[in-house]
Amino acid sequence: MKVTQKDVAYVADLANLDLSDEERTCMLRDLNSILDYIDRLNELDTSDVPPMAQVSDRYGVDQAKQGSERFAYASRQDVLEGLRKSLPHEEALANAPDPDEHFFRVPKVIER
Amino acid sequence: MDLTSLTIDVARSAVQDRRTTALALAEAHYERIQKEDGQIGAFLTLCRERAIEQADKIDRMAAEGKQLPPLAGVPVGIKDVMSTRGVRTTAGSKILEKYIPPYDCTAVARMEAAGAVILGKMNCDEFAMGSSNENSAYQPVRNPRDLSRVPGGSSGGSAAAVAADMAVATLGSDTGGSIRQPASFCGVVGLMPTYGRVSRYGLIAFASSLDHIGPLTKTVKDAAIVLRAIAGRDAMDSTSADVPVPDYVPELDKPVRGLKLGVAKEYFGDGLDDEVRHAVEAAIDKLKGLGCEIVPVSLPHTPYAIPTYYLIATAEASSNLARYDGVRYSHRARGVKALSEMYRRSRDEGFGPEVKRRIMLGTYALSAGYYDAYYVKAQKVRTLLTRDFDQAFTKVDAIVTPTSPTAAFRLGEKSNDPLSMYLADIYTVTADLSGIPGISIPCGQTREKLPIGLQILGKHFDEATILRIAHAYEQAA
Repeated sequence: MKVTQKDVAYVADLANLDLSDEERTCMLRDLNSILDYIDRLNELDTSDVPPMAQVSDRYGVDQAKQGSERFAYASRQDVLEGLRKSLPHEEALANAPDPDEHFFRVPKVIER
Repeated sequence: MDLTSLTIDVARSAVQDRRTTALALAEAHYERIQKEDGQIGAFLTLCRERAIEQADKIDRMAAEGKQLPPLAGVPVGIKDVMSTRGVRTTAGSKILEKYIPPYDCTAVARMEAAGAVILGKMNCDEFAMGSSNENSAYQPVRNPRDLSRVPGGSSGGSAAAVAADMAVATLGSDTGGSIRQPASFCGVVGLMPTYGRVSRYGLIAFASSLDHIGPLTKTVKDAAIVLRAIAGRDAMDSTSADVPVPDYVPELDKPVRGLKLGVAKEYFGDGLDDEVRHAVEAAIDKLKGLGCEIVPVSLPHTPYAIPTYYLIATAEASSNLARYDGVRYSHRARGVKALSEMYRRSRDEGFGPEVKRRIMLGTYALSAGYYDAYYVKAQKVRTLLTRDFDQAFTKVDAIVTPTSPTAAFRLGEKSNDPLSMYLADIYTVTADLSGIPGISIPCGQTREKLPIGLQILGKHFDEATILRIAHAYEQAA
C-alpha cells in the first residue's frame, strides 16, 4: 500500500474536496491499484531523457530556436482591450450563484 | 430524398440547388431526434432557436443565388465541452448544470461561419473523463448498434448521434482517445487532428497539453471538409499552430500506391480481441492490395503509454478543475458559512466519482515529495513515446493499428474497475501524448454485428496523408 488513509485526507485537503467516509475508502483502494500499475514506469531508465511538457515546443515556426522561444508569434502586447473586449459587467455576473449588482458575493473569508 | 441520410457535400449541394432547404434539413433531424433519442440519450440540450435562425440565413443566401460556404445548411451537434454563447454548456457535469457561456468556442464559431446549423449539445463523460459515456452526470448514452452496449467515450453522444442519423456530423474532443474510440464503437469516422491544428479556445479544459477538437462524420470526405473549416491559427489559443491548412478534399483522390504503412507488433499483443485482430489484419491486406507497402516498425515504449497518460492527464486536470470554486459560474452549495467550506462542499456536490478520483490522483502526483517520482517521470516517458514515433516516421508515411482492443462492451461491464476502463484507450493515448494526428474508420464488424475500427496515425500536421489512406480504404471496402 503506497497511499494511506492519512494521505487520502491530506490530498483531499489540497484538492479542496471533503469526500464522505465511503468515498475515502474507495479512493484508498482505487489510488493504490492505479499507482501499482503506474509503477511499471520505473522499469525505464530516464536519467538522460528530457521531460516533455508540451507537444508544441516541437513545431514553433522558427526551427533555429528552442522551446518557448519558438513561439514568438504567440506573444502580443499586454493592452487593456486586447484580442477580445472585456465582457460587459452584467454578462460577467450572469452565471454567478450569488452576485449583487457589482460583485461576486462570497461567505466570510476570515474565520474566527 | 431521405434528408437524414445525407453526407455533407450532398446536403450542401441540395440546399444550394434549392432541392431542399436548410430549414427542412434541420426539421428532419429534429424529428429524428424526437423519435430516436429517447432510447439513445445522445443530446443534452437542443438549441432550436439558434438552429432555425442560422438555417433561415442560409436559405436566404441560397434564394439570392449566392455561392454557399462548405457546411451550408448541414445539421451538426457539438460535444458539450465546447462553449456555445447563450446555450447551456455542462461538460456532462452537475457542477456546470446552469452554466450559459457568454462566448463561442473558436471551433464552434468556425463551424457556423462555414454555414453549419447547430442542432444541440452532445452528451459526454463528465469533463470528457471516461471511455464509455457512463460518467455523464445526466444519462448514459446507448450504442445505436446495440442498446445494451456503450457507445464509447468520452465523445459518446457525438458518435452515437452520427451513427443514428440524428446529425450529419458532430464535433468531439480527444484527450486520450475520446474521438477515435467512440467512432470505432459506433461505426463512424472520427478524426483527431495534430495538437495545435485546431484552436482549443472555448473548449472546457481537461488536460491542456493533450486536448484536441476534431470531427465525427459518416465519411472520410466529410471529416476532411469539417477539418478544413475549423483548422488554423487562432490568436486566442497560444498553442494553436501557425502552419498552413491545405485543402484536404482534392488530396483525397491522390493514389495511395507506393505509400509506406507501418505495422507495430506492440499494437497486436495480449488483450487484443481475436475478431478485432482479424478485421484489422484484413484491412491491412486490403491496403496492401491497393498498392501500399507494409513495413514492420517498432514502438517499444507503447506498454508504458497508459501509466504515462494517467499521470499527465490527471495532473493537468487537477490544476484545470481548481477553477470550479462556486464563486463566478459553477454550482455553489447552499447554507455554507465560510469560504473554505463553500469550496469543499460545492466541489463535493458538483463533481462525480471519476472526476474526483482523477483530481485526487493528479493532486497526489503533483504534491511535494511525489512530483519528480510521478509527474516528471511521466513527462520523460512522454519524450520516449514521442521519439518512438519520430523514429518510425523516418521509415513510413503512416502507421495502421486497431483503434480499440475490443468492440463495444456492455453498460456496467467495466464501471466498477477504473483500471480496466483505462485500458480501453491503450491504442489511442500514444497519439495524444505525442501530438500526432489519428483517424478511426470502420473496418468490418464482429459476429454480433458490432463495428470494429481501424486506426491510421500520421506525422505531425500531415492529416492529408491519413485522410487519403482512409478514403482509399473506405472506397475499396
